[in-house]
Amino acid sequence: MRVLNYTTSYMAVILLLIIPMWAGLFYYAMLDEIYDSIDDGLDNRKGLIIRKAALDSTILNKTDYNETDYTVKLISESAAKSFHDLYLDTMMYMENEQDYEPVRMLRTVFLHEEKYYELDVATSMVEEDDLLKELLFALIWLYAGLIATILLVNNFVLRRIWKPFYTLIKYLKNFRLETPSIPVHETKIDEFRQLNEAVLKMLKRNIEVYSSQKEFIENASHELQTPLAISINKLESLASSGSLSEEQSALLSSALENLERLTRLNRSLLLLSKIENRQFINTEKININQIIKRNISDFEDQLNYKQQTIRLTEMDTIYMNLNTDLADILITNLIKNAIIHSPNGGDIHVEIAANHLTISNSPMEGSLSEERIFDRFYKDHSSNLSTGLGLAIAHAITDMFGISIKYRFEERHIFTLQFPQK
Amino acid sequence: MKILVVEDEKELRESIATLLKEENYLVEAAGDFNSAQDKLDIHVYDCVLLDINLPGGNGLDLLRELKQVNKETGIIILSARGSLDDKVTGLELGADDYLPKPFHMAELNARIKSLIRRKTLGGHHSIEISNLVIDVDQRTVAIDGQQITLNKKEFEILMYLATNKNRLVNKSAIAAHVWGDYIDEANSFDFIYSQIKNLRKKLKDANAGVEIQAVYGVGYKLIEG
Repeated sequence: MRVLNYTTSYMAVILLLIIPMWAGLFYYAMLDEIYDSIDDGLDNRKGLIIRKAALDSTILNKTDYNETDYTVKLISESAAKSFHDLYLDTMMYMENEQDYEPVRMLRTVFLHEEKYYELDVATSMVEEDDLLKELLFALIWLYAGLIATILLVNNFVLRRIWKPFYTLIKYLKNFRLETPSIPVHETKIDEFRQLNEAVLKMLKRNIEVYSSQKEFIENASHELQTPLAISINKLESLASSGSLSEEQSALLSSALENLERLTRLNRSLLLLSKIENRQFINTEKININQIIKRNISDFEDQLNYKQQTIRLTEMDTIYMNLNTDLADILITNLIKNAIIHSPNGGDIHVEIAANHLTISNSPMEGSLSEERIFDRFYKDHSSNLSTGLGLAIAHAITDMFGISIKYRFEERHIFTLQFPQK
Repeated sequence: MKILVVEDEKELRESIATLLKEENYLVEAAGDFNSAQDKLDIHVYDCVLLDINLPGGNGLDLLRELKQVNKETGIIILSARGSLDDKVTGLELGADDYLPKPFHMAELNARIKSLIRRKTLGGHHSIEISNLVIDVDQRTVAIDGQQITLNKKEFEILMYLATNKNRLVNKSAIAAHVWGDYIDEANSFDFIYSQIKNLRKKLKDANAGVEIQAVYGVGYKLIEG
């Protein structure tokens, strides 16, 4: 959930609690005010009626409301003495509504020519249920209005305020150590500025560590080349001296084989770090089909030796701007990988469709890890002679040129390359 | 035939010098920029093996100077940088070949011979060992004047072994030379064996005066036998 919606939903819940509470208080306060005002009105009316009674004694015995809003009846002096003014909520039949409606009534006593009279003055009340209903509607509108306002504020104001934050997230999502770019996002908000600075500092440090590590691998590989070559040369001279027993030759041969392996490993590491260090810049339009065909013929002897067959299906021709050497290495590595990891007598199928290349081979064992297969030194157990870098190199190359490479297992090992659309 | 080896790594320089002396070249060696420059000022060489990273300067500068003074000298760049820039710049400046380190001595030997053949204008280029004659231009092989039919790979192997006559040639050197640079990461070089087997049979059937000897597990050697 986005932080904006998160605060909005919190606000919605809190308002849902606060507004009814406030509504209750408001309702009673309003009611109180209304009673107060009605009671004042009744009081005033009482004065008018008493004054009228002084002029017109006929109303002194008016026991029905009829067309007026009051009744008067004679009471005993003793009852009058103990009487206090009384405000009552009661019901009265209303002709127009044809129903009992709530009324407010003032019951009081007055003295006229030595006699005590009880006076009831009534006035129609605001209908409480109507008031409640109105209030509820008003509150619903208020609630909706508040939420809408908050949403609007969030979307226009908060979104603006949080913009540096979202920019940073977007930048971090796209950030890659291989192709670092340093962000410059100005913001007036302290927290975001601090966040930007902290992230920037961390990234710079990471980039430094990463590039020094890359350099280290490249330098180390360079430094290893010459001693390796010299060792191999010396052992070859020893082998060709011809004065070795069979046992000594076997030892020598094994030592040489391992040195050769080390050389291959070293060369692959160097190549990998060169690719990752973006040292192959020149690109030209490459016909992938041609490279594949050349590779298939290059590998003919190995295929024959392992009695493997390779089948090429060309449904389209793929052209792409690539570095010549890297394109060649990519295809070579994939085909070589298929040959190495197919059993003797196995078969390999290369299919070229529009922007799409699939290389599959019959497996020796089951599925391999889809996630880890392109990792450096990820190996299945069958081939301790391979460097474990071939697919890592292929991956680095595809990565560099925006080609997607995926592995899956469906009775066969299948590698799929998706070339970018032109 | 006079060759100058410019290489700062002592062990490698000596290994190269030993190889070249065995091949009966006149060899001189320089370990840094200045001594190389001195030697190039005084002598004329048929071939210079040039390292790019030198103490005291860049090998590419030597290449530039050399090309101004003597265009006939063949130049092979040996570069540990393995950098494509070096390769491109070197070849643009007029180097004849580029051999990335690490390399097999057999490969260096083959490159030097090929360079010298190219530089020797006119005449017929062929390699003769006993009754075996390899016509380098026509890419044909004859034994006692009788042509034998070899496929492309067999020819390449024979040519490579003949160039390195009496020298042990490592299996992986053959693989890299005949099958290309990246093939050598393959699981094994056993597939080379079947090509060698066919080649041996063809040589034997034609009563060739040479023999391809397997040096236990390491590689092959072509000897007169």
